[in-house]
Amino acid sequence: MNELANSQRSGASAALRFPAHPVAGLAGTSLKHTHLPAILADDPQRGFFEVHAENYMGAGGPPHDTLTRIRRDYPVSLHGVCMSIGGPQPLDKVHLGRFKALVDRYEPALVSEHLAWSTHETTYFNDLLPLPYTQATLARVADHIDEMQETIGRPILLENPSTYVLFSQSTMSETDFLGELVRRTGCGLLLDVNNVFVSATNHGYSALGYLADFPLQHVGEIHLAGHAEQADDEGDLLLIDSHDGPVADAVWKLYDIVIDRRGPIPTLIEWDSDIPDWPILKAEATAAQAILDRCAHSLMPGKAYAAQ
Amino acid sequence: MRRSDPEIRRLDDQTGYAAGFVSALLDPRRAPPDFVSGPNGKAASKRYAVYRNNVTVSLIDALAATFPATMRITGVDFFRAMARFHVRATPPTSPLLFEYGRHFPDFIEGYDHARPMPWLADVARIERAWLDAYHAADAEPLPPQALAAIPPEQLADAILTPHPTTRIVRSRYSAVTIFAANRVDGPVTRIDASEPEDALVTRPGLEVMVRRLPPGGAIFLSHLVAGEPLGTAASAAFAGAPEFDLPANIAGMIEAGVFSGTHTRG
Repeated sequence: MNELANSQRSGASAALRFPAHPVAGLAGTSLKHTHLPAILADDPQRGFFEVHAENYMGAGGPPHDTLTRIRRDYPVSLHGVCMSIGGPQPLDKVHLGRFKALVDRYEPALVSEHLAWSTHETTYFNDLLPLPYTQATLARVADHIDEMQETIGRPILLENPSTYVLFSQSTMSETDFLGELVRRTGCGLLLDVNNVFVSATNHGYSALGYLADFPLQHVGEIHLAGHAEQADDEGDLLLIDSHDGPVADAVWKLYDIVIDRRGPIPTLIEWDSDIPDWPILKAEATAAQAILDRCAHSLMPGKAYAAQ
Repeated sequence: MRRSDPEIRRLDDQTGYAAGFVSALLDPRRAPPDFVSGPNGKAASKRYAVYRNNVTVSLIDALAATFPATMRITGVDFFRAMARFHVRATPPTSPLLFEYGRHFPDFIEGYDHARPMPWLADVARIERAWLDAYHAADAEPLPPQALAAIPPEQLADAILTPHPTTRIVRSRYSAVTIFAANRVDGPVTRIDASEPEDALVTRPGLEVMVRRLPPGGAIFLSHLVAGEPLGTAASAAFAGAPEFDLPANIAGMIEAGVFSGTHTRG
């Protein structure tokens, strides 16, 4: 996936304003402004930072100052939250233009969006809403991904959602839907392992089975996050993708399996509410880095060859 | 007739999921759409309620983040109840949440339970202006010597370019004092709310600053920001406030970074 992640860089690179800072094999965290003094007080560490693109779509001010300082020392992943790629209406051209401007300005190592939608007509709902998986939605989502990739001039990684309901209209599995999007658009995938666990629990299927069907060879980034527990109408466990705590043990186990199978893929710890002090968030990333490093070692060409 | 055409109906099925899905998102009295369920036909009331909750709570959170002093004044429960009404009546139309809440001060002004706090809407207006200044474009403020460089006989014709972050909020109440006391943690002493105050919000560097303007200052700066020449703005300020102090206001506006450029008419 390094070709996907860094395809922009292989071309004329004379105009780069920031160092390239490769993201391969690294664990990172969401960038929270409350952590900035602690991050800047440290020497630059191994790792990367991911930002929600929309928070940096103002004209100026402290957000751009912060991101500029971070981008000088670290790889940055630009994560879009509200392109509404999964909605039936055309993409918002103004928003697309803002997104492109951010990609041009910060030269992120990774660019991603969600298989979800958030805008209907003129209302922005500020949530990642689900969609039915049909030939019709597949065609439209593929068009939207094409449009976004053409606008920003590079492939995106599309994230699998966490969902709480199923659609009677659906005719395809989520993994088939994602695989077909990769085939049609050349996009990569952002595998959110917590979302896999949450959706599998909520819909009563096996997370391992889902991962077995997932096009792992096209994954360019992994997300890990905490979830919360509620109950559905029947009193059964309903998991909520809350991003408000540490990564669950079951999710770490699935992550271990994926990395074992696929080698070190850039991995992000998401923690968006009840945000802890920086050392606690950093410790989660360190735990992911240890798993990445273990597998980086086991996949070194010499070793792989020797094992045969 | 439209519904009976099978081709159009198939199209509706494929694109109608969004309209159907949002139909009950902001209205808890409406049933979830009939095309969603849990696995094996399980019910979807609580499942759909997760989305409903995510939408409403995250938008209330967005207002709470934009209007912290307003929330400190009302208390959290009061604020969130008030914000919930606003979120459901006026959800955002931009995916940029820092743009949300422009209509919230007007909503507060008409909110029955907020009537005993007539200054509350103006405090919210200052907070909204604060966030505008925070995200506005960066620019170098006008250096002190810029006006000195203009020949005195041309000074009245000078036109100033407003700094992108500049905002002015006028209040019939002591909104600036109330804002300043509640925007930070720490004890709030009793404030006489009846003194009219005008707020000047600027961000010459990275830090947003909110100041209380002297008498006539808001009239003076509003005319300048609207592109009128210095002489006209000063006359308007004197007419509105006889105690208007021109040199002090010019020094104050330079220091606060209200403008970023200057030119003379013609």
